[in-house]
Amino acid sequence: MFKNVYDWIDERLDITPIWRDVADHEVPEHVNPAHHFSAFVYCFGGLTFFITVIQILSGMFLTMYYVPDIINAYNSVEYLQTQVAFGQIVRGMHHWGASLVIVMMFLHTLRVFFTGSYKAPREMNWVVGMLIFFVMIGLGLTGYLLPWDSKAYFATKVTLEIANSVPIVGPIIKELLQGGSIVGAETLTRFFAIHVFFLPAVLLILLVGHFIMIRRQGISGPL
Amino acid sequence: MARIDKSEEKVVFVGDSRVRKGNGFITPPDYSAYPGKSEAFIPNFLLKEWMVGVVVLVGFLVLTISEPAPLGYPANPSASVIPMPDWYFLFLYQYLKYPYASGDWVVLGTLGIPGVAFGGLLLAPFLDRGKERRFYRRPIASSLMFLSLASIVYLTNVAWTHYVDELEKSGQKPEHIQRVEEAREKRAQGLPTSNAIKTKEISIVDKDDPAMESYKKATCISCHAADLKGGAGPSLRGIGDKHDKEAILAIIHNGYNNMQPAYDNAIKAGLTDEDIDHLAEWLAKQKAEQ
Repeated sequence: MFKNVYDWIDERLDITPIWRDVADHEVPEHVNPAHHFSAFVYCFGGLTFFITVIQILSGMFLTMYYVPDIINAYNSVEYLQTQVAFGQIVRGMHHWGASLVIVMMFLHTLRVFFTGSYKAPREMNWVVGMLIFFVMIGLGLTGYLLPWDSKAYFATKVTLEIANSVPIVGPIIKELLQGGSIVGAETLTRFFAIHVFFLPAVLLILLVGHFIMIRRQGISGPL
Repeated sequence: MARIDKSEEKVVFVGDSRVRKGNGFITPPDYSAYPGKSEAFIPNFLLKEWMVGVVVLVGFLVLTISEPAPLGYPANPSASVIPMPDWYFLFLYQYLKYPYASGDWVVLGTLGIPGVAFGGLLLAPFLDRGKERRFYRRPIASSLMFLSLASIVYLTNVAWTHYVDELEKSGQKPEHIQRVEEAREKRAQGLPTSNAIKTKEISIVDKDDPAMESYKKATCISCHAADLKGGAGPSLRGIGDKHDKEAILAIIHNGYNNMQPAYDNAIKAGLTDEDIDHLAEWLAKQKAEQ
């Protein structure tokens, strides 16, 4: 049955080469923890992706309840946290996942750095990886404001003050993010849009680039 | 860096065009070039990865269930909260407090040093171009990274210790902990635990009742306002949820907290005992929920 469906699609779209590029490759011994336990350091990239998927899924469920305005933002998060079935767990996953993804990504970056895997011909993939790092930091920063509690409000004020101290462009960046002269309703909707639409879109594009490059260049050899 | 020096060779063009032929794609070594036993990604290795993923997921869910995500009180610009960014920004936050990263030197702090550090990290492959991959044979790159790691750990720790100190000094509790404790107490007393901001205006019940006139006559309005929303005194809208008729009568006679007894003034203003009784009855009817 499955074979028939596959063949039917393959006849029309020739998907076998795509499938081969995506999935059909060998995992060499030096990155396989089953052979050398110390090779677990090579798992951090995959775990980062795994947590990122959790973030996307839990975030999608959170937006079912979250309302980005200054009165209902807190109310909806409180409702989600205390009333909605499993809401506390889904929000917990998104909250802790945000920290975990930073940890995993940091460990992955250190692994790539200390194994010298960013060296030729993989320079571009390192640069894309660093851009992913910055996007993730941006996601953490914008997501922190969304519950609209006092902690979020004051942290965002401090962040915007720091942005403001950059010469020439600082005040422009601040006003762009803040959407006016105070941290208020506009700030919240902007951070929401950046957190839910802009940065995830950039993130997905960068991730696709990251993965295509890995498959194209193969994993770096043993040291 | 694997750059092939082609200066000795004569220039090669693509076909009969003037397009110079490049060096071509650096074909990655085949897996069979690596020593040891390789393993197919699908299904063998993927299955193992899957199992690791499941273990990680279970651990992660245990964490989320045992430690609910923190939530404080609704944002309030006049609240006294020690501002703290998320933990992974603490090292930057702390570093910006140092003299050469703030004040007159703030540009060095916000752009200079982070620019060099993050720019260097971004461009690492173009700065560290040697062929050597082992970290102990790359002393400059590795020691810079170790130095950065040490300073990140140090700065994060200083920021956190300082925060804990400040909390202790000011006797403050982080709002998310305060909220949970308060909710627990309220639940034990059977009160609603929500901190949600209520925007629904409570309306006046039976606005046309003659008691409204007595209310205005009896000088109540000087503190509680003509629309019952309060001024010097609290709002009386929805007061029936808090006090019944007897309690309201007692307050009119004896005062309440900072409120002076109002009974004598009311009598002086020409109200009868009957009017005051009716006024108290009407106030007791002022409930938020109909």
